[in-house]
Amino acid sequence: MLKPEDKIFTNLYNELGWEIDNSIKRNDWKETKNIISKGREWIINEVKTSELRGRGGAGFSTGLKWSFAPKEVGSRPHYLVINADESEPGTCKDRDILRFEPQKLIEGCFIAGYAVNAHICYIYIRGEYLNEGKRLQEAINQAYKKNFLGKNACGSGWDFDIHIHYGAGAYICGEETALLESMEGNKGQPRLKPPFPALVGLYGCPTIVNNVETIAVVPTILRRGGKWFASIGKPKNTGTKIFCISGNVNSPCNVEEEMGISLKELIEKYAGGVVGGWENLQAVIPGGSSMPLLSKKICDKITMDFDSLIENKSGLGTAGIVVINKDQDIVSCMARIARFYKHESCGQCTPCREGSGWMWRILDRVAKRKATFRDIDLLSDVTKQIEGHTICAFGEGSAWPVQGLLRHFRKEIESRCREEPLIKKKIDNPYLVDQHLLENKNA
Amino acid sequence: MSLKQVHSEQPKEFKFSNENLIKAEEILKRYPEKNRKSAVMPFLYLAQRQNNNWIPLAALKYIAKYLSMPYISVYEIATFYTMYNLAPVGKHFVQVCTTTPCLIRGADKIVKLCKEKISPNENKLSKDGICSWMEVECLGACVSAPMIQINDDYYEDLDEKSTIEILDSLIKDKPLKPGSYRGRKNTAPEKKQLKNGENYA
Repeated sequence: MLKPEDKIFTNLYNELGWEIDNSIKRNDWKETKNIISKGREWIINEVKTSELRGRGGAGFSTGLKWSFAPKEVGSRPHYLVINADESEPGTCKDRDILRFEPQKLIEGCFIAGYAVNAHICYIYIRGEYLNEGKRLQEAINQAYKKNFLGKNACGSGWDFDIHIHYGAGAYICGEETALLESMEGNKGQPRLKPPFPALVGLYGCPTIVNNVETIAVVPTILRRGGKWFASIGKPKNTGTKIFCISGNVNSPCNVEEEMGISLKELIEKYAGGVVGGWENLQAVIPGGSSMPLLSKKICDKITMDFDSLIENKSGLGTAGIVVINKDQDIVSCMARIARFYKHESCGQCTPCREGSGWMWRILDRVAKRKATFRDIDLLSDVTKQIEGHTICAFGEGSAWPVQGLLRHFRKEIESRCREEPLIKKKIDNPYLVDQHLLENKNA
Repeated sequence: MSLKQVHSEQPKEFKFSNENLIKAEEILKRYPEKNRKSAVMPFLYLAQRQNNNWIPLAALKYIAKYLSMPYISVYEIATFYTMYNLAPVGKHFVQVCTTTPCLIRGADKIVKLCKEKISPNENKLSKDGICSWMEVECLGACVSAPMIQINDDYYEDLDEKSTIEILDSLIKDKPLKPGSYRGRKNTAPEKKQLKNGENYA
């Protein structure tokens, strides 16, 4: 249970005003010059002490990531890129930071930019968040007016500029290398790693890519000390986190809580409980759609942090909690997620491009009770063929939810399948043909 | 990857308006001089806004020339990203989020209403030609589900009744205010809780 004084995002619901004067009252931009004067080493070490892990999904240590940037600037400039391409189904935390706590993000950009030797920062916002982007631009302009940005920003002697770049509705651009490709004016298709962006990133220059929430908590960590942040939550899973609770709950909401809070407490206390009561719970997707779902038995006692979710073969991801109760058809829900991945695959790697379509079609057949028992094994095989055989983590992101469904709801799936196909097709279309195109007559 | 149809009737010429030329030069200043290509996405947005919310092929050619890029690269980008419309859409362009978090709170009912009130098919203009609708993937407002986006604005916390209100006045060319339709403040937990989901869409 997080103490009120330990809350970082005090204006998450815009009760106190987002404008710069209001956020200065909430201690934003306080002693920033002091922090900068303590030097890069100190900043990076303090972030390492805090054990802050990236909030974008992978949970990589932020301090460690920053230390990968070359210590001295060579012939190529360094860049800082903020990932605000929030598209993971179930997640809407960055939107509230952009709207209501923009100064926390801007100050974080400045400090992080200084720590990794970058003079220029790009914030990549998803195209649909046009109004949020306008709000952020206004906040940036206000910061320029107060000389917190620009030449000799904050009186620190460091020049720093922030630019906004809008995406245009591609989920894959949330992957860091795809985001960089997109910024360079290409299709958003991920790059092979290594080399990692910290050495070869935007325009071939060293680039640090961080999530909005990660950067927005940095100023508070540096003001209150890494040890303070590390004292909240669990060891190796420290600090506070914004949880987005959506789906079949009585009062869906965003809420900042400490890491390692129990899932049941989150749902009952903040989201008004599951619709129809806790006993009516069917499954929970704990970290945005690409994390495998949890059955009710696990939900009873699971805590929300990176490591305990990994133990249960799932993950914290972006902490977008989607609650599904027993009134819903779980197979249809997951078939819709499979359709999402089918739609959003960038098409670069064959296993993902084709496999995401296979998974959707098979799940769709199961939902319509037209599948055979052989389909279940085929489905399981397809997920295994995608996982680990693609350039980026999208492959895992699309395969894991289906594996989770098979792990926890195999009986449910089997009860809908038959020995023989219900309708024997007259035309035997090979699987190479994208069948949904044929059905829609769009081919 | 999205399915896109390029409109059959294309204007012959396209040029940025004077106002947009100034904006374009400002955009170029954000990126290093040798990386002018980075401006292709903002430029496509400019073209789309200038041309009634869709991009003709002539604009792709114009942008390619402006940024010294091959035409096909610009074409690739315009077809890769879903937010670039390559065929006319309604003056009021309704996008319904139907991904799982919205779906389990009743997005399918909103789709049904769009079919009834706007047009039976996605991406087809309504009878009077001012509205069109399409299904889209997650719009990133999951705790305010179900929701729709009309042009640039989000309409959140919908149910059947409020959707009918919104669509009815939209058809009359009088769009209602965006925001929550359950009177809640942003994404805070609500004090007045729904009783077992009876207020769902």
